[in-house]
Amino acid sequence: MNVTIKLFAQLREGRFGVENSEVPEQSRVKDVVQSLNIPSDHVKICLVNGKDTGTDHVMQNGDTVSLFPAVGGA
Amino acid sequence: MKIYRINMSNLSSTIEEVPDEWRLMGGRALTSAIVAKEVDPACNPLGSKNKLVFAPGLLTGTMAANSGRLSVGSKSPLTGGIKESNAGGTAAQRFAKLGVKALIIEGIPPGDKYYCVHVHKDGVNIKEETELLDKGNYEVIKTLTDRYGENTGVMTIGQAGEYKMSAANISVKDPKGHIRSAGRGGLGAVMGSKKIKFITLDDNDGAGIEIADKEAFKNAAKIFNKGLLSHPVSGDALPKYGTDVLVNILNEAGGLPTKNFRRGNFAGAEKISGETMYDTIMERKGDPTHGCHVGCVIRCSQTYNDKNNKYLTSGFEYETIWGFGAGCEVDDLDIIATADHECDDIGLDSIEMAVTMQTAMEAGVISFGDGPGILKLLGEVKEGTPLGRILGNGASFTGKAYGLTRVATVKNQAIPAYDPRSVKGVGVTYATTPMGADHTAGYAVTANILKVGGFVDPLQKEGQIELSRNLQVATTFIDSCGLCIFVAFAVLDSGDVAQAMVDMVNAQYGTKSSIGDWFELGRTTLQTEKEFNRAAGLTSKDDRLPEFFSEEVPPHNAIWDFTNQELDSVLPF
Ligand code: SF4
Repeated sequence: MNVTIKLFAQLREGRFGVENSEVPEQSRVKDVVQSLNIPSDHVKICLVNGKDTGTDHVMQNGDTVSLFPAVGGA
Repeated sequence: MKIYRINMSNLSSTIEEVPDEWRLMGGRALTSAIVAKEVDPACNPLGSKNKLVFAPGLLTGTMAANSGRLSVGSKSPLTGGIKESNAGGTAAQRFAKLGVKALIIEGIPPGDKYYCVHVHKDGVNIKEETELLDKGNYEVIKTLTDRYGENTGVMTIGQAGEYKMSAANISVKDPKGHIRSAGRGGLGAVMGSKKIKFITLDDNDGAGIEIADKEAFKNAAKIFNKGLLSHPVSGDALPKYGTDVLVNILNEAGGLPTKNFRRGNFAGAEKISGETMYDTIMERKGDPTHGCHVGCVIRCSQTYNDKNNKYLTSGFEYETIWGFGAGCEVDDLDIIATADHECDDIGLDSIEMAVTMQTAMEAGVISFGDGPGILKLLGEVKEGTPLGRILGNGASFTGKAYGLTRVATVKNQAIPAYDPRSVKGVGVTYATTPMGADHTAGYAVTANILKVGGFVDPLQKEGQIELSRNLQVATTFIDSCGLCIFVAFAVLDSGDVAQAMVDMVNAQYGTKSSIGDWFELGRTTLQTEKEFNRAAGLTSKDDRLPEFFSEEVPPHNAIWDFTNQELDSVLPF
């Protein structure tokens, strides 16, 4: 199935901003994180279709996954 | 420490001892206590009964990291209630080093003359000012730096303050000679009403800061400093990307108000994001990170250059970029940076003006997406044309002038950069803070979006009331210390850092109070502020969001669904 992966802030460095990916059915976000060589503790916020899920979430075809390190401001 | 008091009615000044009741107050706690005690809540904010109060925080001037913030208090011409507006820059530490706990300015001089005030170790001098009238803040700061040297603090109003516009701010010179602002609530208009164009500060031979237990202070300051630097938000993300890093995350989460709060995401977000800003700054040889005052270890500020690598603006914040950007559907960072520069120069709150521009677009004065149109309208404000005077009085005033109902304000103050329907915790803060819509008053974006200090689902009501209340109390204490709000990330995530913050205050003032005791100062300050507002005529009906927030906002089709009873329970005093 196909999912859109978006990386932000430092997670982009040496990787990409946005990419479509073919992933096996039943994949979890953390499988993608691992395949991108992102240390799991570097992902602070994981949104799937704009909602906070955590990286254990099982993805569906067409999902948009947005991954952030710790960020902040005001 | 002393209180410096100026009476503009007869151009006199006095130096007073600090009354006991104010000894353990600073920053917002102190400005609000003084305004509540000395200002008639029913007065006209631009009349002679109002006062303008400047106060450094409890920790300002010490080696405590990020403790150099300034509080400015008054009755607000924008909200009609009490106001504390907070700024970085070089003034607060000078007040502290002079041993000045607060500067209180009262009265209005007879006649049309304008004045300037010089603050120094022996008191103040008040002089007539003619040369810098009608000038923008950049020119004022440059001229005064040339006149008095690099080491002079400056607080100034631009043309907007002279016109006494409700969106007028007070600008404070930063260590690089650029501008930080006590932005919100129209306090520049109060300074203008008192006929003061600028205030300079010379801290030479000041009395300095007394610390009761220097060793204990040093130890706590070390833990605090280390805590800020080792937190990933204040140690890594803020220095690199600045606050604009929030564009992308709010956009992804559906909380980035777009086209005057019609959507929660913006197609042009990437082009105005912190990541793009960082790349642009590096490419144009700007400076991605510096502090707004000496002793800031987080350094979220930056200088943004134009296409020719020439200085365009600094302290270029997420809220400004959101407001002139997504809010107005403008995806050109250079135009937004120019609008930021103009706001700083004219002396306008960039949040109020950005929402005012959204309102002007709503009215059809210019169309959504018209970046050059924004700059043209800011020019009208600078010139003081009839249209400019409408816009310069803020979003509510502009909405009224054009008969609109879709006007994003609470207590007449513009709602900033987080949609209250899809980031509900901050919506509760907008509605209930005594300040009028102000994200910094209880920044629930932390737990709602950033996962700092726990997690509370931004789309659900559960937990938001308590979250907003606790943050409002804690923030009021942080504001009273003179600490930058960005210390809160580490304070919320680490008990040790929170303890170190309180240990520093105890060591300085010889007290032995617990965190809870000090947070009580936050609570009582909020209570004082609410009482002032009630006496000024504000009621619980003013603790509400505009009706249009009952409409669904895509992409999550979230609505604003708090009951009046729920909102009234946030600060139940
Ligand atoms: S973190 Fe930013 S706002 Fe806070 S004191 Fe430093 S430069 Fe100023």
